[in-house]
Formats: sequence, structure tokens, C-alpha cells
Amino acid sequence: MDFLRPASWEEALAAKAEHPTAVPIAGGTDVMVEINFDHRRPEYLLDLNRIGELREWEVGADTVRLGASVPYTDIMENLRAELPGLALASHTVASPQIRNRGGVGGNLGTASPAGDAHPALLAADCEVEAESVRGSRLIPIDEFYTGVKRNALAPDELIRAVHIKKADGPQQYSKVGTRNAMVIAVCAFGIALHPETRTVRTGIGSAAPTPIRAKAAEEFLNAALEEGGFWDSKKIITPSVAKQFAELASGAANPIDDVRGTANYRRHAVGIMARRTLGWTWESYRGAGRSTEGVA
Amino acid sequence: MRVNFTVNGRPQEADDVWEGESLLYVLRERMGLPGSKNACEQGECGSCTVRLDGVPVCSCLVAAGQVEGREVTTVEGLADYAKHRESAHPGGGCATGACGTSLQDAQQWRAKGQDSQTGEGAELSPIQQAFIDAGAVQCGFCTPGLLVAADELLERNDTPSDADIREALSGNLCRCTGYEKILDAVRLAAARQGEAV
Repeated sequence: MDFLRPASWEEALAAKAEHPTAVPIAGGTDVMVEINFDHRRPEYLLDLNRIGELREWEVGADTVRLGASVPYTDIMENLRAELPGLALASHTVASPQIRNRGGVGGNLGTASPAGDAHPALLAADCEVEAESVRGSRLIPIDEFYTGVKRNALAPDELIRAVHIKKADGPQQYSKVGTRNAMVIAVCAFGIALHPETRTVRTGIGSAAPTPIRAKAAEEFLNAALEEGGFWDSKKIITPSVAKQFAELASGAANPIDDVRGTANYRRHAVGIMARRTLGWTWESYRGAGRSTEGVA
Repeated sequence: MRVNFTVNGRPQEADDVWEGESLLYVLRERMGLPGSKNACEQGECGSCTVRLDGVPVCSCLVAAGQVEGREVTTVEGLADYAKHRESAHPGGGCATGACGTSLQDAQQWRAKGQDSQTGEGAELSPIQQAFIDAGAVQCGFCTPGLLVAADELLERNDTPSDADIREALSGNLCRCTGYEKILDAVRLAAARQGEAV
């Protein structure tokens, strides 16, 4: 095994081009587990800790450009207003020690369906900035997850940042686990109201081979909210609409039985979380948009 | 490979480090500092918690090569770290080489508190003394990680609420105590810290 220690982003890209099998390591919260347990012996480890810009973020007019290695702790503490859904999701990641090291770039690189950030990223809408010596590109989040622990990155590409749409309405995040800390999600649900476009977006974690959106549920809800004039009237959402939304969200899930839970349980829980998080966000929308208060 | 880094305020060098090795392994097996405990090796239990550039992390999940040029504080250096945080270097930490705990001292570190159970003489950090006084130590395996995590909490928060304490220690598992006395210890240390000011 070789340990590559690029001192700059350019050096990192050059190293990844020269050694496409090199495994990037930043927070180490996934990679080191695999090495400690001898599940993986990469030929090259590519350390990204020395590249300071990966831990920086820029708040723009419409998006936040979040460096790939910005620790979850920083997201929780500094980006709660701009990225409320992701801030809530970050708070559910493992423990303080893990949140001090791990970041969204690692979640995306590993692309586990159980990664805590994914539902929030899907709901908020974002693009992944991938770069190689060949150039840089933005991958829409809807095209990023390609299979179980697979993503759209080319072998010579590294994740530089994520461009996440700033919240224009309330966002929520919900995760099922056996306790409040140190749990891998049994399943998770993210929701974001986008009053500017009068749309609702969702994200489901740990209940399909990849993180997914509940698209049928979104389409149904968008149409129902529009038809009923809910965005203007800010009326309470009709229970039958919320129920149908929950059922469609549940139907979007395609889970498996495993040690953390059964497929049936996950399907059921996704529906419950969809209904609850819709209720929470809609209540915020109705009352002056208290979007950042969460339960996590 | 060779790794140069600062351990408990003193520059150290580790040789023949395997590229996939964790910081925890380097500390325990190459530096002779077994205070940081090796249990789950997957970041679940917090018993290997150390400070990396001041930030609490699981040392089992930090690749040895990633600490090149950086500062690590282990439980063996906690007493000295706490002492210098308060007096000599307000605002945290010690300058490399100026203070700190030598490797030999760290290797020979023993708890010698004011209490009859732990003898007399050598110094403990306030959080260590509080753990002894509150009876927060049973088998002791989780204690080093909890001490490092709790010490960091009290460094940034003088008056932590119970929720703050639970949150700060949520990444540290203890299978003996049921946590109540650990919470007591942190409350005690916080109260003493308040009195001292």
C-alpha cells in the first residue's frame, strides 16, 4: 500500500489521474473501518486532509458551495439557515467524534443507501462538482447515485464540492434508529418545501438500493397543493392529501430485509415519516417559516 | 513510512509505519501509550478518543499518515494539557516543545490523585479528579475516551446543561456504569470549574 499525500488540489487530481484505483480518504470514517477490518486493501490511499479548500464553503446568491470535506459539525453550526435539512441530517450522523471528521464528500463517495446526507441533498436539490485533470463538471444529484455503493464518478475524478440550493422554505429530516446517536439509519426521509417554485422535493434513505426521491408522491402533492390553492391560502393540508402523499412515498421505497429492519417495517416507516415531516414543514410554512427548528 | 507529529505537546517520530495503520495503533504499539483504548475499531465506542489539533476524534479512524505535522493530545497528556490551558496559555493548548508531556512521562503515567484510593502526589486534570470523586470509573476501559471528550466539552462550555453533556458524550460507550455517575462527574467538574473562576 502507498500513502499519497498531495499538498494541493492540483496535486490530488494529478495523483488520481496517475493512480485511478487510489482510494480517497478524508474523514476516514468509512475507509478506515474497511481497512481496520481487512475488508479492503487499496493499492493507494489518497489523503485529502492537507487540502484546506475542501474544508471551506461559500454562500452564494442561490446556492451554497460546500467543500467536500467540510465536517458535519461545521454544517450544523454554521449553515443551519441556508441548509436546514442538511444541518438536521448532519446532527443525526453518528457522534461528535465522527461529525468532527466526516463530511458530505465522503457520504457521496461511498454512496451507501444509508448515508445520512443523501435524503437532505435530494430534497434540497444540488449538483456534485466532480473534477479531474480533464476538467470539472457538475453532476445533478438525481443522476449521481447509480447503484448500491456506486456513483457517477469516473475513476480519475474526485469530489471537489457540492452546490446545494439554499432553502427557500422549510425543510425537515427524519431518521429511524434504535437510539439518537451512533446508529446507521434503518430508514430516513428528507423533505423540502420550495415556495418559490411551488414544489415539494423529497429524499428517501436506506429503503432502496440507492438514495431515491419519492417522485410519484412529489408529483401528487405538487398537483394537490396547486389545485387546492394551498400555497396562497396556507390552509392546513387536507388529511386525505397527506395520507395519499404518505402512501405514495411508502410505495416509492424498495427496501430489503436486513439486520436493522425488515422491508415491511421500512416501507411502513417511510410513509409515517413522510406524513410527519410534511406536517412539520407545512406548519412552519403557515407560520412565518420557522424552517430551521428540528427534532434532531 | 515515517510520520512526524506532536504528541502531548512534544514532537515525536514514528518509523516503519504501515500505510494503512491507524493513529490509534501508532499511539499504542509504536509510542507505548496504551491509554487510548482499542475496542471496536469502527468509531462506534469512542474509547480511542484523542484530540487532533484540538478536535476530539476517534483515533482508530485517523490514518497514521494523516497526522503528519499535526498535534495529538492523548489521555496521558490530559493533566498537563488542562494545566496549561488555564494558566500558561490562555486560549488553549501549549506551544510545541515548550511544555507538554514527554513520551517517557506519558508512558509511565499513573493516576495519583488526592484521594486515598489513588495515592498522593502526581497531578490529575480536574476532570480526572472529578471522575474519581464521583465514582465514575468501574472497569475503566471507557474512561480515557470519556475523559478526553468531557474535558473538551468543559473547555468550550463552562456551564453545560445535562443535554449538552449527553450530546458531548454520546459517542462514548460505557457498559458498566449506566452513565449516571459519569454525568455526575462532568457536573462536578463543571461546578468546580465555576467556583475556581
